[in-house]
This record gives sequence, structure tokens and C-alpha cells, in this order.
Amino acid sequence: MAKRLCLLLLKAAAILVPAYLLQMLIDSRSINPYYAHVMIVMSIFVILSVSLNLVVGITGQFSLGHAGFMAIGAYAAAILTKNPGLVLPDFITGYPLFILATLAGGILAAAAGLLVGLPTLRLRGDYLAIATLGFGEIVRILLLNWPFVGGASGYFGIQRFTSFFWAFLFAAVTVLLIRNFINSSHGRACISIREDEIAAETMGIPTTRYKVIAFVIGAFFAGIAGSLMAHLNRMLIPASFSFMLSVEVLLMVVLGGLGSISGSIGASVFLTFASEALRQFRELRVIVYALLLIAIMLFRPKGLLGNQELSLSLLKKASLTAVARFRRRQKDAASTTPAD
Amino acid sequence: MQQLINGISLGSVYALIALGYTMVYGIIRLINFAHGEVFMVGAFAGFFAITEFGLSFWPALAAAMVFCALLGMLMERLAYKPLRNAHRVAALMTAVGLSMLLMNGAIAIDWIGASPKGFPQVIEIKKFRLMENVVVSTDQILTLAVALFLMMLLQFIVHRTMMGKAMRAVSQDKDAARLMGINVDKTISFTFALGSALAAAAGVLFALNYGVVMFNMGMMPGLKAFVSAVLGGIGIIPGAMVGGMLLGVTETAVSAAGYSMLRDAIAFVFLILILLVRPAGLFGKNVREKV
Repeated sequence: MAKRLCLLLLKAAAILVPAYLLQMLIDSRSINPYYAHVMIVMSIFVILSVSLNLVVGITGQFSLGHAGFMAIGAYAAAILTKNPGLVLPDFITGYPLFILATLAGGILAAAAGLLVGLPTLRLRGDYLAIATLGFGEIVRILLLNWPFVGGASGYFGIQRFTSFFWAFLFAAVTVLLIRNFINSSHGRACISIREDEIAAETMGIPTTRYKVIAFVIGAFFAGIAGSLMAHLNRMLIPASFSFMLSVEVLLMVVLGGLGSISGSIGASVFLTFASEALRQFRELRVIVYALLLIAIMLFRPKGLLGNQELSLSLLKKASLTAVARFRRRQKDAASTTPAD
Repeated sequence: MQQLINGISLGSVYALIALGYTMVYGIIRLINFAHGEVFMVGAFAGFFAITEFGLSFWPALAAAMVFCALLGMLMERLAYKPLRNAHRVAALMTAVGLSMLLMNGAIAIDWIGASPKGFPQVIEIKKFRLMENVVVSTDQILTLAVALFLMMLLQFIVHRTMMGKAMRAVSQDKDAARLMGINVDKTISFTFALGSALAAAAGVLFALNYGVVMFNMGMMPGLKAFVSAVLGGIGIIPGAMVGGMLLGVTETAVSAAGYSMLRDAIAFVFLILILLVRPAGLFGKNVREKV
């Protein structure tokens, strides 16, 4: 018991200490504010891609509505922090308010996920893709026509709460929770659905329930990411939650590997960086993304990493085989030289 | 009454696009997300045939259909055929990628660009007054007539020709069809060509009705056409026609009732409802899944 507690504290420290240190570097301007911003965006995309990977990569259900869930979380949380006392009691202010609002945004997004997921996930086949795509568009259209949040001109004056520390913390917690989910018996059930739905059902797995659970969890974290985005940019425009955003997150999942959490993290970091670097070639960037998506699907349909995790043991194994190969080659060389 | 006429005219366009979705889904079980973009390319092909090559309406329509039929076959050959036995999600993602590629490729091409372009009035628009306040214009009649003609042609191809027989056989059982000596690849290719040609016709008719062509015009009609296909029962050709008409009429009725803002949302409400109540669609039969 005490050992487990120690391990838990150690893990918490492993997340908190680097987050805190990096935040200090940012505060003292040792890290340029622009890079700090990019780092926060990376963390947000890590949340988005890891949560989408749970739906697409692990459970094998094709969702195109991540931007829609993100928009719900973003607007819900922004409304709560902008109007303290509207829903939550008004003595909650500052960071507690931010965290509660973020969780509320996630819960609302999850509820929307339940609403879309229940009718469509009962069915086999590809209805989810269209339903989520349509859902994302509906959310965008409704937000455009809702005067309370500023409609098309945007929702302004949101307080800035998202710092690197918080973004990193949320990302780390997301990754941990989803990893634990995947490694639990529930996660195994989800993987079995991906591999063969009929076989899974025959083995007594309630497939619809697990598909909905994975989908709702994915939506929840998308909502969280939306709230972080809202409190980073301090304004929200419906147009920024377009279909393109969903596709961008999807590309991160595919690039990293369907079912690989570490792959998603790596791909999010890489693609966020690439987007920033290619900022001036906007249209070209999208075309490159589309070609990349098609090329990966044609030549490596499971994504770059497949469903493998990049971990220390994998590195160890790879380095060991590399060393062994090197030794063997040396030996071969040594044994062939005298013959010459 | 007026709204009914407008609705039928819009619905026949949806129905034409939906036919492509439904045929492709029927034969290889794939939602071709890029189908809406084929519709857009068709509209632009018609646009250029008229403005650049000075063709009149009918040759332009034919040119657009031929161009898109080739495009559809090319897409199938390059992107979908290698994935025919791969995981379903892989094929779907490729379809999304293709759709993005066509849409953003259109922006990147100089003479299409990101701004809308006016579609020339190639036919003389006359308005006929049927009743007190019911007006039908020639472009609406033309749309409906062309759509009905193409649907009848399609029915003829599917039910009366050898190729149609092959299509029906492949959609029932690909392996059995191959054993019977049917060239499955050719049949699938032909299905794509047929569906894309119909989408192109829909694109030209849509552009004629609304008078504009734009790079993202394929997205919403594409989605709604898919909903129409599901509404009628995906994979069933008459279902797509009825579904498209039904959606078109409902949509115009809703916007006439003053909720034009919610017009685009109706299609998805339809989708969720039909999936809840009757997932196989209005004309569908429940098929038990076999291992």
C-alpha cells in the first residue's frame, strides 16, 4: 500500500516538476512567448489526438466530429468563466472557476457525444462517420446563429487562464487516463471490437455499449481541449471549428499510428510544429496534408507506428538487436578476413 | 404549392447525387466522401465548357458528364482499388483525403480560386404562371426533366443491359460473380463512372439553378445527398430518388416556414431519426449479417 502511494507520488512529481520548471522558464522569458504559445497548442493537440485515437485507433469507429465536440466544450466553458454566477455560485473565481468550467465543458461535450453516438453506434458500418460529420456542421451553424455568443463575429473577452503548466497537466492526465482505460478489461473489449466486431459479440462483449463508452470519453476530452483553447486565445470564432480541424486531428492519429498513444503524441508535436513552420503556405499545407493522408493509407494503412507503443523497453529491444547485429557483422568480418 | 415545385427541383438534384453514393455503396460498401467534390468538379467542367469553349448547354452538360466519369474511374483506380481488401476505416480515410484534395486543389488552381464565380445564363429563362401565385421557371422544368430522364436511363442500364446485370451480381456477391466470369474490376470501374457522371449532371443543373459555382459547393449537397441515400435505404436505387425528393421538399418547406437558418440542420435530424427508427431506410429490408 505504502509502496503504491510512493509510486503514485513519484509519478505525480514526474509530471508536475517538469511542467512547473518549464512554466518558470516561460515566466522569466527564457523561453520566447511565441514558442511558449506553440508549446501550449501542442499540448492541446496531444489531448485531441490521443482522445480521437481511443475512438478511431482503439475501438475502430470512424469519427469526423472532433471539432464539433471541441466547439461545445470551448463555448460552454467560456460562457461559464465569462459570466461567473450564471450557473456556478459566484464566489468561485480564478483558477477553481477555470477548472470547473473546463470539466463542465467536457461533460457537456460528452453528453452531446452520447446523443450522437447512441443511435448511430448501434449500427454496423459507416453511419457514424456521416453522423459526426453532420453533427460538427450543425454545431458550427448553430453557433454562427446564436447572438449570445457573438455569432459569426466571434465571442470575445474571455479571460486568459491557459498557461503551459495547465495545458501540460491536462494533457498528461488525459494520456494517463486513456492509457489506463486501454490497458483495462474495458480497453481490451474495445480493441476486440476493432479487430472483429462479430467475433467480439459472440464472445459476449456488449459491443454497442463499449463503442458508446469509448466515443463519449473521446468527446469528453475533446471538450476539455476546447476549453483550454478558448482560455488561451481569449476569443472564439465558429469558423475555426470547421471540418478541417477534425481532419487535422485525424491526420495526427493516422500519422502516429492507429492505436498507438505515443505515436499520437509524437505526431501532434510534429504536425503542430510543421503547421507553424508552414504558416505562410496555407492552401498548399492542406493539399500536402490530404496527400499525406492518402499516401499513408495506401502504403501503411495502420499508420507509421502501427499499434505499437514507443517505450523504453521497445528502445531497449531495438538497441539490443542493433548491437547484436553489429557484433555479428564484426565476427563475420573477422572470420572472413583470414580467408582472403 | 410554389414551395413544392422549388422543393422537387432541389430534390431532383439531391437524388442525382444520391444515386452515385448508393450505387458505389451497394457495390463496394464504401461511403465515397469525395462524391460531393465530383459534383463540384462537374459544375466547374460545365462552367468552363461554356465560358472557355463557348459550348451551349447540352454539349456542356455532356462534356461535364464525360469528364467526371473519367475522374471517377481514375479515383477508383488510384485510391480505392488498392484498399479493396483493407480495413474499412482505411478506405474511408482515403475518401476523406481525396475529398480534401479535390476541394483544396480547386482553390489552388488559378482559374477556380477561392471566390465564387457567376454561372452564365445559357438557357433563356421563362416563367410560367400556373395558378394565382405559383410560378414555374424553365430552369426548374429543365432540371426535373433532365433528372428524370437520367434516372430512367439508369434504370434501363441497371435492369436491361449486360453491364447492369453484372453490377447487380457484383453487389450481391463479389466472389460468386467473379466465379461466374464477370470482370469485377471493370464492373466497379463502370459503377464509379456512372455515379460520377450523374453527379456531374447534378452539378451543372445546380449551378444553372443557383447561378454560381464555388470550390466548396460540393460539401453540403454531398452530405445531404448521402442522407437522402440513407433515407431511401442505401444501396437501393429507387430509394435514393425518393429520399432525395423527400429531403428537397422538406428543406424548402422548412425555409418557407421562416426557419431558413435551420435548413441545413434538417438533413441531419432526418439522418438521426431514420437511424433510430428504421436503420435500413424506407425501402430497405433488414439483412442479417453473416460471418
